[in-house]
Amino acid sequence: MSHEVFDYSTTLGSAHFPNPIFTASGCAANGKELSAFFPLTDIGAVVTKSVMTNPRSGRATPRMAETPSGMLNAIGLQGPGIDTFLREDLPWLVEHGARTVVSIAGESVDEFAALSRKVRNSPGVSALEVNISCPNVENRGLVFACDRASAREVIEGVKRSVGNSLPIIAKLSPDVTDIVAIAQEVVGAGADGLAMINTLLGMVINTETMRPQLANKTGGLSGPAIRPVAVRAIYQVHAALPNIPIVGMGGVLTGNDAFELVLAGASAISVGTATFNDPSAPVRIKNELAELLVARGFTRFSDAVGFAHRAQA
Amino acid sequence: MSATINSPIQSDCEVISNRRVGAYQHLTLAAPGISERVRPGNFVAISVGDSRSSMLLRRSFAIYQSTSRGPFGGTIEIIVAPHGAGSTWISQRAPHDRLNVVGPLGNAFKIPKDPVRALLVGGGYGSAPLFPLAEILRQKNSRVEMAVGASTAERIFAPVEGKRSVHSLAIATEDGSIGVAGRVTDLFDNSLSNIDIVYACGPMGMLKALTAIGERAGVTVACAVEESMACGVGLCMTCVLPVKDKTGVIKMVRSCVEGPIFDGDAVQWDGIGTIPPGTYGAPR
Ligand SMILES: Cc1cc2nc3c(=O)[nH]c(=O)nc-3n(C[C@H](O)[C@H](O)[C@H](O)COP(=O)(O)OP(=O)(O)OC[C@H]3O[C@@H](n4cnc5c(N)ncnc54)[C@H](O)[C@@H]3O)c2cc1C
Ligand SMILES: Cc1cc2nc3c(=O)[nH]c(=O)nc-3n(C[C@H](O)[C@H](O)[C@H](O)COP(=O)(O)O)c2cc1C
Ligand code: FES
Repeated sequence: MSHEVFDYSTTLGSAHFPNPIFTASGCAANGKELSAFFPLTDIGAVVTKSVMTNPRSGRATPRMAETPSGMLNAIGLQGPGIDTFLREDLPWLVEHGARTVVSIAGESVDEFAALSRKVRNSPGVSALEVNISCPNVENRGLVFACDRASAREVIEGVKRSVGNSLPIIAKLSPDVTDIVAIAQEVVGAGADGLAMINTLLGMVINTETMRPQLANKTGGLSGPAIRPVAVRAIYQVHAALPNIPIVGMGGVLTGNDAFELVLAGASAISVGTATFNDPSAPVRIKNELAELLVARGFTRFSDAVGFAHRAQA
Repeated sequence: MSATINSPIQSDCEVISNRRVGAYQHLTLAAPGISERVRPGNFVAISVGDSRSSMLLRRSFAIYQSTSRGPFGGTIEIIVAPHGAGSTWISQRAPHDRLNVVGPLGNAFKIPKDPVRALLVGGGYGSAPLFPLAEILRQKNSRVEMAVGASTAERIFAPVEGKRSVHSLAIATEDGSIGVAGRVTDLFDNSLSNIDIVYACGPMGMLKALTAIGERAGVTVACAVEESMACGVGLCMTCVLPVKDKTGVIKMVRSCVEGPIFDGDAVQWDGIGTIPPGTYGAPR
């Protein structure tokens, strides 16, 4: 089989990537640890752990529970803070030739805007992912991604900060009644692309202690258990906004799983929880998906994006 | 930073043997590429089931023995206590089955350059990684005493071969079914006369108690901790515990890459399961 004629590249706004397989925010730390298993240049991009303004200790342990075909996590955005991140982690990625999508998280519209301004001024960033699945401290802790007005305000603030210097990818939560409405809102506010889906809120109760398993009580559900939710969400949003690129994620474990999200409308795929199972998963999935696409007769990856929406020939 | 990363590899390892030892299963795996680089205290992370498994997270096991040569190339040995569904599945593997292994992981016990009088304390299967440590210490002409404890005789791991690598071995069980009835800390009368360093691996409660005894005696206690891990390789941040750094600042550190071995007096034992006040980046 010849891959030479196969065009695996993809585009998110003004950013180009040689292939569409990315890591998922929070599932690859900031790249170093994963580089023991494969050269980071082999994949489309590294999406870094969502970083906030200040250093964060994260939440108390236990922070995770294994669940059927998935896991719950409540890490609480542990991280070094934006200044240390930009001084130490980002330069390491750039030095190693990794295309980097920086993920930011904030507790207020202003925090998001300030973070994105700092990222804009740093060399070597391919795109900015805006993790709006965080509580808004200025609005009773309501999650930005679950409220149309807050989601819009954050993306407007980010857009004012970065202009057209960086593609803005808004990361959406599936824990909403109408994900299409939120998607339309953030695109209207200036998002160049969408990342979906973030984790779904869940809980495990330990039947021995008869108490919630996580110290935080609730946690985000990820892994193959949520894949049908991801496929549905991507399909609905791609149908409504066919020209907006989507970074799809949610339970991708194999090339075939990635293919399903691509057919639904994803222009790139983030591999998250699968990396905990198999640290080489991103490159393995990249190779598996390429073989599948070639076997199906595709000569360009982009021709497969959203294929499931086409009428039967 | 990079000094703490061991450059692990991932490999499909054939099970060479699986023997029952009391309440545990002793697995030997062909692990060329991993075995050559093992240092005492390192661990491996093993995946559960086939590629359609519903259990995605790896299980961590301390490396008991490792050989870099032999009929199977390099091998590693682990001592598995069947606990939940994943560790039980791993404990039931038969010869010729394959297990996907990532390792070696984590830091290793620090070995003093000069001969020392060392006390090695193991709780349950925690004694396993202490035997290869004992051998290295003895090669350096150190005096090695070992104390192992468990709830019951079945859970004492102290094989005959292992006994040869220590100068003395004391056993305690809570039910008195073998050795002294009581806790492993009772074995040295809660004092550490004539001991320069303590190495310990076992349940958190044991490590905490030993650290307190070490502090009273002015003796360092190197503790191999066991925190719940999702990836074992530093990606997920689930395995953290509060540890004081050299400048006195408490940080939530990953036990899979910065550990599993910590100086007992740096670990905030009472703060485990919390974010102790003053921790770097704690919510204000
Ligand atoms: C560094 C290290 C060394 C270890 N060495 C050994 C050993 O030599 N022999 C041995 O029998 N056991 C050892 N353990 C404990 C062993 O990893 C757990 O008992 C095992 O992961 C539990 O899996 P399960 O399927 O039985 O439980 P489940 O509760 O189903 O596991 C679910 C998830 O939680 C994690 N988890 C649950 N309990 C623990 C725990 N105590 N420690 C770490 N992760 C946990 C699992 O890895 C898995 O990701 C070690 C743990 C660590 C961290
Ligand atoms: C341990 C863990 C940490 C995560 N941290 C973040 C984060 O910091 N920011 C973010 O946008 N998403 C985070 N996520 C969500 C993932 O990026 C991804 O959206 C989700 O896990 C679904 O993909 P998966 O099933 O492939 O893991 C995290 C997920 C996990 C499991
Ligand atoms: S177990 Fe994932 S970071 Fe330590």
